[in-house]
Amino acid sequence: MKFTLSWLKDHLETDASLEEILERLTMIGLEVEEVTNPADRLGSFRIAHVLEAVQHPNADRLRVLKVDTGEGEPVQVVCGAPNARTGLKGVFAKPGDYVPGLDVTLSVGKIRDVESFGMMASERELELSDEHDGIIDLPEDAPVGVPYVQYAGLDDPVIEIGLTPNRPDCAGVHGIARDLAASGLGTLKNTEKTQFNANFDANVNVRIELGETTEDCPAFGYRVVRGVKNGPSPKWLQKRLVAIGLRPINALVDITNYITFDQGRPLHVFDADKVSGDLVVRYGKQGEELVGLDGKTYQVDESVVVIADDNGVESLGGIMGGEVSGCDENTTNVIIESALWNPLTIARTGRKLGISTDARYRFERGVDPTYTMEGLDLATKLAVEFCGGEPSAPKLTGEIPQEERMIDFPYSEVKRLSGLEVSHAEIKAVLTMLGFWVSGTGDVVKVSPPSWRPDVHGKADLVEEVMRIVGIDKVPSATLPRMEPVSQKVLTTSQIRRSNARRALAARGLDEAVTWSFIPAAHAEVFGGGQPELKLANPISADMSDMRPSLLPGLLAAAQRNADRGFPDVALFEVGQVFLGDSEKDQKVMVSGVRRGTAVLDGAGRHWSGNSEAVHVFDAKADAEAALSAIGVATDKLMVFTDAPSYYHPGRSGALKMGPKNTLAYFGEIHPQTLEDLDIEGPLVAFEIFVDAAPEPKKKPTKSKGAFVAPDLMPVRRDYAFVVDKGVPVEKLLRAARGADKALIVDVTLFDIYEGQGVPEGQRSLAIDVMLQPTKKTLTDEDIEAVSAKIVQAVAKSTGGALRS
Amino acid sequence: MSDLQTLEAEISAAIDAATTEAALEDVRVAALGKKGSVSEKMKTLGKMSPEERKEMGPALNGLKTRVGDAIAARKEVLKKEALEARLASETIDVTQPLRVAPAESGRIHPVSQVTEELTAIFSDMGFSVAEGPDIETDELNFTALNFPEGHPAREMHDTFFFNPKEDGERLLLRTHTSPVQIRTMRNQEPPLRIIIPGRTYRCDSDQTHTPMFHQMEGLVIDKTTHIGHLKGTLEEFLKAFFEVENVELRFRPSFFPFTEPSMEVDVKCDRSGAEVKIGEGEDWMEILGCGMVHPNVLRNCGLDPDVYQGFAWGMGIDRLAMLKYGMADLRAFFDADVRWLKHYGFRPLDMPSLMAGLSR
Repeated sequence: MKFTLSWLKDHLETDASLEEILERLTMIGLEVEEVTNPADRLGSFRIAHVLEAVQHPNADRLRVLKVDTGEGEPVQVVCGAPNARTGLKGVFAKPGDYVPGLDVTLSVGKIRDVESFGMMASERELELSDEHDGIIDLPEDAPVGVPYVQYAGLDDPVIEIGLTPNRPDCAGVHGIARDLAASGLGTLKNTEKTQFNANFDANVNVRIELGETTEDCPAFGYRVVRGVKNGPSPKWLQKRLVAIGLRPINALVDITNYITFDQGRPLHVFDADKVSGDLVVRYGKQGEELVGLDGKTYQVDESVVVIADDNGVESLGGIMGGEVSGCDENTTNVIIESALWNPLTIARTGRKLGISTDARYRFERGVDPTYTMEGLDLATKLAVEFCGGEPSAPKLTGEIPQEERMIDFPYSEVKRLSGLEVSHAEIKAVLTMLGFWVSGTGDVVKVSPPSWRPDVHGKADLVEEVMRIVGIDKVPSATLPRMEPVSQKVLTTSQIRRSNARRALAARGLDEAVTWSFIPAAHAEVFGGGQPELKLANPISADMSDMRPSLLPGLLAAAQRNADRGFPDVALFEVGQVFLGDSEKDQKVMVSGVRRGTAVLDGAGRHWSGNSEAVHVFDAKADAEAALSAIGVATDKLMVFTDAPSYYHPGRSGALKMGPKNTLAYFGEIHPQTLEDLDIEGPLVAFEIFVDAAPEPKKKPTKSKGAFVAPDLMPVRRDYAFVVDKGVPVEKLLRAARGADKALIVDVTLFDIYEGQGVPEGQRSLAIDVMLQPTKKTLTDEDIEAVSAKIVQAVAKSTGGALRS
Repeated sequence: MSDLQTLEAEISAAIDAATTEAALEDVRVAALGKKGSVSEKMKTLGKMSPEERKEMGPALNGLKTRVGDAIAARKEVLKKEALEARLASETIDVTQPLRVAPAESGRIHPVSQVTEELTAIFSDMGFSVAEGPDIETDELNFTALNFPEGHPAREMHDTFFFNPKEDGERLLLRTHTSPVQIRTMRNQEPPLRIIIPGRTYRCDSDQTHTPMFHQMEGLVIDKTTHIGHLKGTLEEFLKAFFEVENVELRFRPSFFPFTEPSMEVDVKCDRSGAEVKIGEGEDWMEILGCGMVHPNVLRNCGLDPDVYQGFAWGMGIDRLAMLKYGMADLRAFFDADVRWLKHYGFRPLDMPSLMAGLSR
């Protein structure tokens, strides 16, 4: 919403400075977005007198002027304007001045061998209008040497406020003035109504044919003015329209635009002689179209409310009029329309047709219904004033809705919700100034909001009115009382786990990434996603179409992007959500990571201490176990399975589980086919952890870790090497050895894997170190022999392996 | 006696000449060993007359002691020399650089770090952390939050939707973390103090808007909390977050469907340089939106607005990170460029806390 300071002062009697007004606007909720003053841009242009205009010696269309600029000797100016003549008073720009309409800074120039020391400007060159048929031609009495902005009254700041959607009343200057007046910044003016004596009845009929849905156009007020002479509107009005960025057209059209901004009341004018038959407000029909006032053609359909006559659609109700029935210089009889439209329908139609107009802006927010006929009267008054003619009696089709909103308002609500101490009298005064009807004398009063405030429905709305006018800065800050003397634990297990996993992985040299929740469909499909219910109906791009089923596609793509930038060795992880379906429970929290190139734990690339090898499945396994350990999983209790998903290398991947059903993690090399599908290159290893699959930590009665008992006796270590089939997993053998004597065996470590000479084909030798911890007495040779026999027997039973001879 | 002097001189010379511990041992055996020159002399004592013995005894014993001491002293010297030689040979160039330790190299993303900073502050004020799903219903994202039918936010150009189901229900990606307000109010009894960090989505993309971003919402519901508390809470929070002595805030009336009264909050800052400085300067910058929870929202959660009241606010986590740590482009947050992550990321052991300060 834009307006000028002088325009505001039409409605507000005030001594406040511009700064005070701007400050107050923002503080009452009409946020000032921009203030510009044409005087700042055009201040250097002065009124000058053309003393002499003679033909340019070398060019037919140019003249050489001698110009009195009001200071010093007259200067020579070469000018191409057809109206440049001896005696003209115009606007002079000297070398060094910036001419906004041309976007150039003038310098002394030579035009066809004649020097020119400045220029005489047109309105377009000053960005005052589109007028460029000649230079500005001022009245004879214009004072030479005076700044043009001062003479022309252009020293008028243009204020733009960002209007929140709840305030249609401030889409007009009058409403803004009312708010400022209520806040104590002056007195509201222009509150009287316009009266007319009408001598005849309009010879035009308006019918509303919307069936049941009359709310799409509840009321249509109109009047005919006959015998008008349409031409340019007065300069003062044109100037205001130009100042806020509108183009003056002709008096009748300019009046509708002016009232739109002055009162927030959009209107439309039809040339009555171009309308054939009755005007009918109805829904459009498939195939109908309208050439709008903007010259563009719009297709309408059954969802669009139109105003039509016997010739077809003449206007898009409440949005834009049509070119054919519009008013021009030849208009002698005019129909002025002041109607009401349904905000929802206006918004939907505007979006659908892609039309943003000042009328739509206001109607979709809600125009004051009770001002319908007053707006019509104001337009009529101006039309008669500018164009002459004779107005008919006003007519109204439909009914202006009378909405009764009555709020029982305890004054104490202001204190309860805002904390602000305001007296009953002041609350009542503020509401009254804003146009609210307040009745009653007790602690609870009846309040009815004015018709121009469709946003006010309840007590909280009234508190807002009082608070914003009294000033939010008057509300004293208060401290929330502490709930507990000492802050309590507030994080959930899942939140704590995510934080811990994040720190553990970063401590292992991985960098945390945050990648998009939506990925390309092809990537989603490779990772088990791509279900129809996880596809966005309106993705912002094809690369962001499907909700991710895994964090890996985003991380793998990110690793490749880094490689493409010259950083092939990266280790990335992400802590975030994946989507296995569209229900709440299908959203899972994952911790996943990738290592690329040689980005192993000790660091990537070459080093004097030894070069890093390509990333390996055990790097991913180590990350997975570290992260699981950080989230509180006893990793020594985990079982390793080999059934990782198909996007992993089938022989170099695994799953970490607590029991066969509960998978906590996958890890492995990425399958070569996956790399190809994602169009990326390895070596790449990855892991994924299901954070919420880990069991909740058990609640313990105390935090005690129990007594520490140091064994008195020395532990004993023994080595064994078993020859087993290559298909036997190491873990099976280790588990058998550990279980051979649970009282004595405290640790079993694999220290060597060998295959080759001395070991039969298809088998391998696994060497383990077993630690025995006696508790009662020192072990004798016989005791150790007995344990060894148990170990050998257990391993043989479990794996078929035998001691290597 | 001259024999002894000669012998002692010879042994002394031999000791001095020995340059290794082995050579010295040879000298010791030659002098003091079973058949050593001094030992042989000692054996002659038995055959001597008492007088001779009285004279030679002390002389020989003295010789033996002096030779023994001289060997021991020489041995110490040689041992020290040998150690020095060994150490000299073991010298390495300690300027050779190490590999960077993993804990020195890995980084935490600014969004995570800032979220933990926010959590540290608000947990001290008694807030807990609530979360909810990214895929939401229209009811929770809009209707329950008092968005009227036909509100522009409900259109495809603002909100990501999924395709309608058979029953016509159309799920969406939440456009704010506010649905979690509703979920919490419907499932927990007041008093409530929660913050809600999370991912949010809108159809938008430029330097300061990305289709996905992070928001943190706050909610307080009880029977007494008013706008004064809202002001105080946000002032204290911003002071703690930006780690400055003072922040000056400006509360402007504004409009959101789910709060009434509604306000936008500007913070005073200096925007003259490349980076925004909070706590100094004369500029105002909008930083968050807030207000008292709308009576309709309370009703939609089964709470009586004449009994319960409270405030809510929402702000961008990414934006707070940008303001505090100086990132210029929001899009870079989601690009995973390791150069950016190393530059703006945080060390794994730099855990934000109030007692140690939120940041280094």
